[in-house]
Amino acid sequence: MSVVTVQLGQCGNQIGFEVFDALYTDSHCPHGLCSKRENEAYQASCKERFFSEEENGVPIARAILVDMEPKVTSQTLSKAAQSGRWKYGQHSCFCQKQGSGNNWAYGYSVHGPRHEESIMNLIQKEVEKCDSLSGFFIIMSMAGGTGSGLGAFVTQKLQDQYSNSLKMNHIIWPYGTGEVIVQNYNSILTLSHLYRSSDALLVHENDAVHKICAKLMNIKQISFSDINQVLAHQLGSVFQPTYSVEGSCHYRRNPLGDLMENLVPHPEFKMLGIRNIPQMSENSLAYSTFTWAGLLKYLRQMLISNSKMEEGIDWHVRPPLSRLPTLGKASLNRELQFNTSIANLVILRGKDVHSADLGGFKDPALYTSWLKPINAFNVWKTQRAFSKYEKSAALVSNSQFLLKPLDTIVGKAWNMFASKAYIHQYTKFGLEEEDFLDSFTLLEQVVASYCNL
Amino acid sequence: MEEGVVNEILQGPLRDVFDSKQLITDISGSGNNWAVGHKVFGSLYQEQILEKLRKSAEHCDCLQCFFIIHSMGGGTGSGLGTFLLKMLKDEFPDVYRFVTSVYPSGEDDVITSPYNSILAMKELNEHADCVLPIDNQSLFDIISKIDLMVNSGKLGTTIKPKSLVTSSAGAVKKRHQKPFDAMNNIVANLLLNLTSSARFEGSLNMDLNEISMNLVPFPQLHYLVSSLTPLYTLADVNIPTRRLDQMFSDAFSKDHQLIRADPKHSLYLACALMVRGNVQVSDLRRNIERLKPSLQFVSWNQEGWKTSLCSVPPVGHSHSLLALANNTCVKPTFMELRERFMRLYKKKAHLHHYLQIEGMEESCFMEALSSLSGLIEEYNQLDATKSMPVEDFPRLSVAM
Repeated sequence: MSVVTVQLGQCGNQIGFEVFDALYTDSHCPHGLCSKRENEAYQASCKERFFSEEENGVPIARAILVDMEPKVTSQTLSKAAQSGRWKYGQHSCFCQKQGSGNNWAYGYSVHGPRHEESIMNLIQKEVEKCDSLSGFFIIMSMAGGTGSGLGAFVTQKLQDQYSNSLKMNHIIWPYGTGEVIVQNYNSILTLSHLYRSSDALLVHENDAVHKICAKLMNIKQISFSDINQVLAHQLGSVFQPTYSVEGSCHYRRNPLGDLMENLVPHPEFKMLGIRNIPQMSENSLAYSTFTWAGLLKYLRQMLISNSKMEEGIDWHVRPPLSRLPTLGKASLNRELQFNTSIANLVILRGKDVHSADLGGFKDPALYTSWLKPINAFNVWKTQRAFSKYEKSAALVSNSQFLLKPLDTIVGKAWNMFASKAYIHQYTKFGLEEEDFLDSFTLLEQVVASYCNL
Repeated sequence: MEEGVVNEILQGPLRDVFDSKQLITDISGSGNNWAVGHKVFGSLYQEQILEKLRKSAEHCDCLQCFFIIHSMGGGTGSGLGTFLLKMLKDEFPDVYRFVTSVYPSGEDDVITSPYNSILAMKELNEHADCVLPIDNQSLFDIISKIDLMVNSGKLGTTIKPKSLVTSSAGAVKKRHQKPFDAMNNIVANLLLNLTSSARFEGSLNMDLNEISMNLVPFPQLHYLVSSLTPLYTLADVNIPTRRLDQMFSDAFSKDHQLIRADPKHSLYLACALMVRGNVQVSDLRRNIERLKPSLQFVSWNQEGWKTSLCSVPPVGHSHSLLALANNTCVKPTFMELRERFMRLYKKKAHLHHYLQIEGMEESCFMEALSSLSGLIEEYNQLDATKSMPVEDFPRLSVAM
């Protein structure tokens, strides 16, 4: 089954390019560490999901590029075409001239209705190319105007038009210290709208990825390109094929469906995060060897101590004793800064996957009381190694990890709203104070729900 | 409204850049009288101006913004300029109006400049989306500083002997014959950097509509103090490059501001950093972290930074920075202006030149004055919050 990607705004398009590049490069990687037949099955599966075929054999990404100003999309299209390895469809791009001015209301209320038909038509064309559709992957930022506002609008339309297909929104959480001054407003408006129309929100925080670049990848002058590459690597480690029940050479057919089934058991809890291990620069990789036991130990501690990377983990955080009554457990967890999960998915790729022991993730203490580990925890495997890593593990988690950032953004937006600052910029384009209040209410609900796990 | 300047442009090296059909001139000038510019020439040329504007607008696929460039102290720029501003708002309500205004310095030789400026301010308050105030004294100080850098021994090994710069002894003299050229170059640089992200590619683009969105939290407070680093005029591209971090520090120094203002010791409502050249997001973040503690931001916008990265640097430099600040440090400029206005108005000096124009009454002056006072009061109220502790507003509580 195939995934149709919608890239929105400067952020969405810049990331989208890196994602397809990472997927392509990995699937054509000669160091698969498995049999030729295995490698071919892997490649075919990746291709079915993310690329369609053209006459001259150059794979075309199953993607739509949308932006309200032309510079980024034309750059993205030409970068892909120049690589000679894969490219975007000739007519897969929709752009305008004037931009969205970092204004969520402009993206949602002006661009949305104005360009609905054109954009949905483009998506329809792409969907028709798929033999069978797994769903939509929508890449957008929360801080700007196009990704956030138009992204929310498009997701809603996808909900209406393709009610049987799944939608996963990949959201970029902006740096805490502004990229955009009104980013908190744009963020709460985006999140509240997506919570109603999307099936899952897969979040990447700029601050976290920036730290990974600085501490693990040892990059001195970090550019957005570096950040996007790390991000794309993490996404690739989740979306590349893994074995289905039948085992080797048989890959899962429905990546989005499987993800949702495993990770989003309840519509109140939709926020997912990714952690990946190991992550390092090429130079360091040459001197490192890993065991599954070691990798999984770190990954587990990253989960429970809410660490975003394998350096600087707080090893003091421990799961609480499961003998305590439910109420006591919740408050104690807050004190211990223990990250309670709703559901977890571990994806293992590489040598000797079958020998990996995942007992540590099946401890009921890790999870909220209303879900048993047998339902809350899943593992996917493949022997085929990912990118340049002989062994790599990814964790997709629905847990309290975003609770603090979400609470922070809501708090800041609320302070600004109480002072009425910048509101006139939004009401100019049809948004009302009521809409802001609705968004705040919904998000306070989400915060409370996650807090009480 | 007089022919000299326009004719000079038409005969100068840039004559082919301007469409000669898109010019409007008159003969007698406005006599440094806002009323003549606004009321007399306004009504006289309204149709013509509108027609030429529509013609220009038709050439655009997508018209995003108008730039109005004028001075506040004279008659045409100030009077006719603000008349035009209102017309643009009525005719093209969705198109942003950016105004670059040159405010009169203390030692201004136009006696009526305070009248003209205050009358124009009212229009700017009501009809402009964003105003970038500039004053001649600051520009002059900047030019003097550049001259000092060029002529002192600070050149190091980057400048070869007998190069364009070292033989500038003659050029410097020449420059002083036309001092405004060098000063105007600075303003030109400002506009270049402002539009660079819209014209060139970058990893974090910023369009002109984003400036208004991020830097104008309340409609009245749309005055932005600008500063440029490195400082140079287009004739002096061989100024030695400063270290990257030094560039960021300089942008907040009062010597780099294009009006007499000290943003570091006043209250920030919002700040935008537009970077050009080989600068990455980590450089940006490092410098923001470094400079943040020494700057005061209003309580509801503690992280009020808007940033942009454009890959293409200005000619002859590896990087540059334009900082736009919505900061209460504009207040002194406005207060001085009001002071000078009051000194003239109390004595009713030169008032008759204005009142004799049809449509002008004393109430126009009073309204303009109260508009300015209202603006100053808004800044006062914000400044009052400076020393107050930052408190969070109580959040909504939801039933579980």
